[in-house]
Amino acid sequence: MIFHHLILRVVTKLLVGTIVLFALYVQFHGDFSPGGGFQAGVIMSVAFILYGIVFSLESAKKVFPEWVVHKLLALGVLIYAGTGVATMLLGYDFLDYDAFSPLHPTHGQHWGLLVIEFGVGVTVTGVMVAIYYAFAGRPPSMSDEEW
Amino acid sequence: MANIAHVAEHTTRSLIDHLPLLQVLVPFCAAPIIVLIGSRRLAWPLAFISSVISLIISIILMLSVREGGYITYSLGGWAPPLGIEYRIDATNAFVLTLISMIGAVVLPFAYTSVKDEIRTRDHSLFYACWMLCFTGLLGMVATGDAFNVFVFLEISSLSTYVLVAQGASKDRRALTAAYDYLIMGTIGATFFVIGLGMLYMATGTLNMADLADRISDQGANRTVRSGFAFIIVGMGLKVAMFPLHLWLPKAYTFAPSAVTVFLSATATKAALYVLMRFVFSVYHPDFAFAKNTLEIIFLPLAIIAMFSASIVAAFQINFKKMLAYSSIAQVGYMLLGIAILNETGLTASLLHMFNHGFAKALLFMGAGALVLRTGSSFYLQISGVGRKMPITAGAIVIGGLSLIGVPGTAGFLSKWLLIQAALERSSDNSLYLLVALSVVLSSLLAVIYVWRLFEVLFLREPDLSIPISEAPVMMIIPMWILAGSCVWFGFSTDLLYDFANQAALNLLGGSMGMSDSVLNLGTN
Repeated sequence: MIFHHLILRVVTKLLVGTIVLFALYVQFHGDFSPGGGFQAGVIMSVAFILYGIVFSLESAKKVFPEWVVHKLLALGVLIYAGTGVATMLLGYDFLDYDAFSPLHPTHGQHWGLLVIEFGVGVTVTGVMVAIYYAFAGRPPSMSDEEW
Repeated sequence: MANIAHVAEHTTRSLIDHLPLLQVLVPFCAAPIIVLIGSRRLAWPLAFISSVISLIISIILMLSVREGGYITYSLGGWAPPLGIEYRIDATNAFVLTLISMIGAVVLPFAYTSVKDEIRTRDHSLFYACWMLCFTGLLGMVATGDAFNVFVFLEISSLSTYVLVAQGASKDRRALTAAYDYLIMGTIGATFFVIGLGMLYMATGTLNMADLADRISDQGANRTVRSGFAFIIVGMGLKVAMFPLHLWLPKAYTFAPSAVTVFLSATATKAALYVLMRFVFSVYHPDFAFAKNTLEIIFLPLAIIAMFSASIVAAFQINFKKMLAYSSIAQVGYMLLGIAILNETGLTASLLHMFNHGFAKALLFMGAGALVLRTGSSFYLQISGVGRKMPITAGAIVIGGLSLIGVPGTAGFLSKWLLIQAALERSSDNSLYLLVALSVVLSSLLAVIYVWRLFEVLFLREPDLSIPISEAPVMMIIPMWILAGSCVWFGFSTDLLYDFANQAALNLLGGSMGMSDSVLNLGTN
């Protein structure tokens, strides 16, 4: 364990939790204030990327293993598509959220949007962290013989 | 609960109403499911099952629109032109069927080929990417919303770059090939979306049918014209229209065999469909600019492609690379069919899309089988292999004959129609006689490069010191399915001709507008 950059470490530890909380706020309050799945996903991934930058890539991968990232990527897409499939099973068009509350379509739209935005958030978090892992964990550039 | 009274009556949708969407949705959902399950053993069956479902759906759709009219599906319950619309008519149902047929036939072939050429730990991600690419191509064709075309184009392109780069475990040059394709493809997609932006600026809508209505209302202004130019160049890049074809030979040569088979038969075809859709449905051919573009730009470029790419193909020493150059030449025939601008020409173009898709997929499968057994597709390594792998080589022969357009194979019909289309136009412009002649002459060039392949496969002495066995059954079956259909469509010409002709009439009829002739799928 290296002990320099003490201030950065302490501040990061303080901030990571707050960033995650803020991401969740942007995620679930997106329908009343600026925000939504994409922004929330980016903010959420910032928490992990910051942790990775300050505490090394390996410790970030311990917190958020690569295979989990890959599953999350797919899960988010599936949440989005699954919402559409659910509306289809209820006898409505794909992604017609009226299906969730036929008597009060506004509520249906609200619920449907919350769910798909959650899917977007999950995927964006996964993609951003996966891109960071891919670039940060890149092996040294190829030697000439490999071509 | 005061607003209950305002809630509109809702008629429950049945499965059959959802078919236009399920066509795209089934393979799309397969991709994340494959990643989530993450099992190497389950990835292939899942991909295969969803491809087969997709094929069945596309056949049902094609049969229900073969008499004309269209089926519409609005996403999210938002009625077009505001919402995204999927619109299936005779033209795109034809292309959808081609893509999903190829998808379902190539996957059994891919099973062995991918095991040989891709690292084992990447298999599930590989098939996920494959399904995304498949989804993108189907979506580009199925959608009736211009911006949605761009979204699906990007889905298919991005996954294609990854798929091409997978060839790197065999040959590192796949990486530069994928990178070249990425740069060119991105430029193409950017041009396309710039063109769409201009159209949106001029008309305020993105729905293709609505665009067509509004463009014909306001006539040609400069924005609409430059939008047209951007769209043509952007899609021209994806189609590999000469001289925008430079990405194609490398990408097809170094990609894993199964990927090449799939892409060669579908990717350029889907882009060509989009090109046709924009030239004929969104902009009407009477739109003077479009007509001039076809005659002054498409026609000469198509003819140059037919000759130059065929000549280059004749000098290749690598089976896959030869086929890649031949693809550029064959795209030339399809563009020629569009540029001739009559019913026969368009029918020929659509038919050639289908026939070439089958023949080229078959030939690339043959190349893939040879790579599996000999480790390379260079003529030097595969010389005389035809005697050791007669079943594979037999299928290659049929594919090669169809590529030339020998009577009795599917390729003959489309080339014949192309010549006929040019002759029809020659009554008012005798230059079209030269066009007809060029089709014949460039087919002779095809004889040269195909003969060269036959000579390598059969007439050269095989190296008896290396034992080479026949390709596995999983490869032979799809190859012979394609070979069989090349011959069958060569003799029973009516079936495909009728579909292609209806598709061409549909395109030439221009846009069907926002509300005419909707078909109800449930009643068919």
